[in-house]
Amino acid sequence: MSDRKNEGIHPAVVSAQPFQLASRRPVDRLFGDGEGCDRLEKAISRYPEKKAALLPMLAYAQERNGWISPDAMEEIAGALELTPAYVRSVATFYTMYNKHPTGRNIIQVCTCTACHLCGADDVFEAFLAATGTRPGEMSEDERFMVMEAECLGACGFATAVQVNDRYFENVTPESVADVLAALEVEEEA
Amino acid sequence: MGFPHSHDLEAGTILSRHFGDASARRLEPWTGMGGYDGLKKAVGMEPPEITAVVKDSGLRGRGGAGFPTGLKWSFMPQEPTGPHYLCCNADESEPGAFKDREVLRWVPHLLIEGCLIAARAIRAQHVYIYVRGEYFPYTKILNDAVVEAYEAELIGKDILGSGWDCDLTVHIGAGAYIAGEETGLMSSLVGGRAEPRVKPPFPAQSGVFGRPTTVNNVETLAAVPMILTGGAEWYRQWGTEKSPGTKLWCCSGHLERPGTYELPLGVPLKDIIYDVCGGIRGGRKLKAVIPGGSSTALLTPDELDCPSTYEGLQEAGSSLGTASPIVMDENTNLVAVIRRTAEFYAHESCGQCVQCREGTAWVAKILHRIETGGGRLKDIDTLYDLCEQLTGRTICVLADSVVFPLRSSLDKFRADYEALIGGGAR
Repeated sequence: MSDRKNEGIHPAVVSAQPFQLASRRPVDRLFGDGEGCDRLEKAISRYPEKKAALLPMLAYAQERNGWISPDAMEEIAGALELTPAYVRSVATFYTMYNKHPTGRNIIQVCTCTACHLCGADDVFEAFLAATGTRPGEMSEDERFMVMEAECLGACGFATAVQVNDRYFENVTPESVADVLAALEVEEEA
Repeated sequence: MGFPHSHDLEAGTILSRHFGDASARRLEPWTGMGGYDGLKKAVGMEPPEITAVVKDSGLRGRGGAGFPTGLKWSFMPQEPTGPHYLCCNADESEPGAFKDREVLRWVPHLLIEGCLIAARAIRAQHVYIYVRGEYFPYTKILNDAVVEAYEAELIGKDILGSGWDCDLTVHIGAGAYIAGEETGLMSSLVGGRAEPRVKPPFPAQSGVFGRPTTVNNVETLAAVPMILTGGAEWYRQWGTEKSPGTKLWCCSGHLERPGTYELPLGVPLKDIIYDVCGGIRGGRKLKAVIPGGSSTALLTPDELDCPSTYEGLQEAGSSLGTASPIVMDENTNLVAVIRRTAEFYAHESCGQCVQCREGTAWVAKILHRIETGGGRLKDIDTLYDLCEQLTGRTICVLADSVVFPLRSSLDKFRADYEALIGGGAR
């Protein structure tokens, strides 16, 4: 989350808030408090059609709860005058929207063309080994989930790894431990 | 300069001059560096005058297709009957491409200024910057710059006291490569799946919210402010007649100094690889280059003397694309690289067209089979057949995109495929 207080989010950037975060609260009503209503109202104000606030609101649900529950989809549908089926059809199209609860740290290792050339497969294996998980599975302590990612757009800094809303670059199998240590420090802070 | 490395050809750096300098992200130092001078000029000009300067500069779209920017703007209705929109395409996700993120994170105000000038030229009331979801850290930088610009009344009502109003909204995607295709972007922005649609109608006739819309790439828009302050002739001092100006080259793979470098269009690809990027890592030999991002045909070491222009790379049988060379050394398993690239396209197909949804997946499966020793010689014919089936038969060019690297690798490196297949069954 940015330094600015939530109430202070400028309407121009309300549709562009990081939505993959380690911190999250249990699934609750999205638009049952001031924050949710504020986000909804500001997002709707930026487009000539209410429907265009759909992606921003799906993102908001995930920012808040870590994933987008069926109840959240229904609530969004109601708020934007869409059918729950339509909302679901859009939510399931986009890979970054989590349709299930996830580990706190989603580790996405880019294994696409340029990172592949620079040894990304070994980095991916090293993350799996270090966290004791299989691809896409949550670790037992619910701290980690390791996945292969399609191109993260940091090809000159291979291997690129995204953890929640952060990028780690030039990652090697040897530096995997450093990445995990950095996450641990963050969790304790 | 380049980023993270500088290079010797710094004379022609206009977009990248402040890459690596975090102070350029803030409005106050930025205006001291000439920031928003282009906008000041633009508010005193009529829309057709702005378009004429950009037309004369010869600026071509930097998102891959290379369409002349001024001409695109001139397709917008000259007498509006309602709102017009500008979409800035920051959904950078072509494997190999990472140039727009450098603009977003180092010179966000340059992009905002370019957006506003373009909006004035096409008579748009609202700009949407559609940034790929994964770019959280860079979106935060852009967001801060947008808020600053609003607070300084550079965006919003009565911009610079001119009586002209224009809003700007940052909007993020959620991991769909196809949202970078202009009609896919528009479908996504209005609250739908990022499914491309057939053209016509073209965006200038009917775009977002059913209104005339122009979609421009980040790097294209970032070039506009200095074209306006410097003039068309000034911009044309770099590049060639058909490919004027400078270009951000994002170079990856087995290079000594991978990174983003701004160069005048026309520098031979060979010089970019060996001089600017320091050659092949570990002093090894070059095997092949995919010059313009993963959806372009690969070139062999003896095809690299061509000038790096739109027309030069086309003549060489490939394409400038997003100017994102992916460089492979002599030890590269080329079949594995093409397989991984095909998997990308199979994963990112939106699924509307059968040829694309099924074809890209079959390409990946067959390549995987060859790579793991289960290939047959007739697989090569099947792959050529798939190239035919995937070309020109779908709504957008995602299917065609997998064909360029695939077919060129079959043509130029057939021996690599045959070696993996071995003496196997037919």
